[in-house]
Amino acid sequence: MRARLLVILAVFGLLLTACTDSGRDPHGVITLRFQSLAWQQESVAANKDLVAEWNATHPDVKVKYVQGSWDSVHDQLLTSFEGGEAPDVIHDASDDLADFAYGGYLADLRGLLSDRLKSDIPRRSWRTTTFGDGIYGVPFLQEPRVLIADAGRLRKSGVRIPTPERPWSWAEFRQVTKKLSGDGRYGVAWPLKEPVSATLNLSLSAGGQLFHRGADGRVTVRFEAGDQLVPRTIHDQVGADRSAPDSTLGSGGSDTLPGFFGGKYAMVPLGFSYRQQIVQQAPKGFDWQVLPAPAGADGLTQGVSPQTLSIAEDSPHKKEAAEFVDFLLRPKNMVRLALGDWMLPTGTEALKDPALHTDKYGWATGTALADRLSPAPAQSVRGYPEWKDKVATPAFQEYYSGAIGLGELRRRLEKDGNLVLARYQR
Amino acid sequence: MKTGKGARAGQYLALLAYLLFLAFPFLWLVSTAFKPARELASLHPTWIPKDPTLANFRQAFDEQPLLRAALNSLAAALGAALIAVLIATPMAYVLARRRTLLAKAATGWVVVSQAFPFVLVIIPLFLLLKNLRLIDSVPGLVMVYVVWALPFALWMLVGYVRAVPAELEEAAAVDGASRVRTLVSITAPLLAPGIVATALFAFISAWNEFFFALVLLKTPEKQTLPVVLTHFIGAEGVADLGPLAAAAFLATLPSLVVFAIIQKRITGGMLAGAVKS
Repeated sequence: MRARLLVILAVFGLLLTACTDSGRDPHGVITLRFQSLAWQQESVAANKDLVAEWNATHPDVKVKYVQGSWDSVHDQLLTSFEGGEAPDVIHDASDDLADFAYGGYLADLRGLLSDRLKSDIPRRSWRTTTFGDGIYGVPFLQEPRVLIADAGRLRKSGVRIPTPERPWSWAEFRQVTKKLSGDGRYGVAWPLKEPVSATLNLSLSAGGQLFHRGADGRVTVRFEAGDQLVPRTIHDQVGADRSAPDSTLGSGGSDTLPGFFGGKYAMVPLGFSYRQQIVQQAPKGFDWQVLPAPAGADGLTQGVSPQTLSIAEDSPHKKEAAEFVDFLLRPKNMVRLALGDWMLPTGTEALKDPALHTDKYGWATGTALADRLSPAPAQSVRGYPEWKDKVATPAFQEYYSGAIGLGELRRRLEKDGNLVLARYQR
Repeated sequence: MKTGKGARAGQYLALLAYLLFLAFPFLWLVSTAFKPARELASLHPTWIPKDPTLANFRQAFDEQPLLRAALNSLAAALGAALIAVLIATPMAYVLARRRTLLAKAATGWVVVSQAFPFVLVIIPLFLLLKNLRLIDSVPGLVMVYVVWALPFALWMLVGYVRAVPAELEEAAAVDGASRVRTLVSITAPLLAPGIVATALFAFISAWNEFFFALVLLKTPEKQTLPVVLTHFIGAEGVADLGPLAAAAFLATLPSLVVFAIIQKRITGGMLAGAVKS
């Protein structure tokens, strides 16, 4: 009698465990939650299709698609992590991962990912998601900043059209924008709502580093010649040459498109994925093309913060989650995701896909830049968000608008900036 | 003193300008909702769409479950409004009629509690609701909305109760009415506009609320309208403007309709007791 009671209790206990084990139903089917930040129609469709394909072929591991939002992902994830309710597979960007990785919320993926995936994605891309000794996300989509140009106006002006093989230098770019300006029209419009990331990422082309890590591991800010070329060019285009309007300095990329379509600006430096908006919104017959950003001493190098897929440390099904990530990022699938988001895949196999080498919509130009994309300079620096918000953003905004000079910009970035960083490195 | 014709015209003109100023964001939203993508990127935007289209509405409904989200929002907002008013009304009555030190302290605490920002409470609240197994449920969200709306609802209702002269209740008592009868037949009808206004406030604040809904609801099928609207916004603030405007326009309609229906009662309630007749 007593034994029977024990058996009943044991069975009941097992059932209870089965029911409470997060993500596993009484039939043993695991359910993973995949929070995606895809938002454009084609991108959402690509993600949902891939989830459906996985579910059709994996009856024991179901994936539930959860729609997240770029607008609020950090706060939402932070609360979910604290409450132990985070999704199993998390879509985010590498520059948002540092706090979560150092906070122990994300799983170290080194022992979870397949060798195929590890070798398919280049080392420089893995560096964007490496924090300390661990890897906390799979970088899978990225976009260079390119010049979207009014092709007709460039042709008429007779300027040399740059290619990834023979890009403009920063000095040449300045000359070209001067030539394209006049009569209320400008050679370029800089949308610098987020001046820090744009400036720092483009400054890599001129050898800018800004953040220097010492032998003791401490990071300090030094605003040297390589860091100054890009900001000085923009400052002079706005202030001295009048080849760039000051009215767009506080604007987002989309805000400059009406002026671009209306013939006010000949070129707009934008992320590669903006092409989708241009295709949708450009007036019929508007002839546009994609040009590489200007090159400096380090050629076309520029910083990027790729989109990433991570696995929550609290997920009880990390192995299955990693298998799903591996499925999503098979070369063909990575291409589908890239095309849906109008971005570049990080995978070397995916980058060979012919769909990414067509001249239509400038795909070939962007793909030619893929091997020049490096981790954004600051993303692993602790205290970077505060440095950016409190010191660098106002300093760059004032410099570009002409309110302060290069000396004052340097003083603020270095002196004020190092005080902020020091607090994070005690 | 009689106002001259010129002065009167000036007053109406100023009023019209003020109305336009207030209505500008909404009118622009409506205009955007009916514009095709190419018109949205025009260098010279027009108020009236040159080539009006319903494509944005179609795309918004195709891409996001707007109807289901609206039903979730409606359930959360109605539940919050009803419960907040049910709790706040008797509390407000006591606080208004019994002017003790405790009542004053309670009112002060209610005002102070309004100062707590969302981010301060969200993680403890999340853990609390998790322990109560109310995460990812609309009833859990309603509970939060009630707690969040209660201080202001209470503060509003105390004002309305004070506007009802206590002498009326005393007169009813002299005429032999019981306490309950007095409350039901004398106080409640006079308080009705205030209760409606308070319920409306609770409804609108719950209908528009975003952050709690974002954090507390995980299942896509349970998400409310403000959360679903953010799905039209991408990285770096890039937005799918047309469908976003169409969905936002539809999301604004219920608040407008409710407000239009009961606005007379609100102004009536606000003016009650303002002057002695």
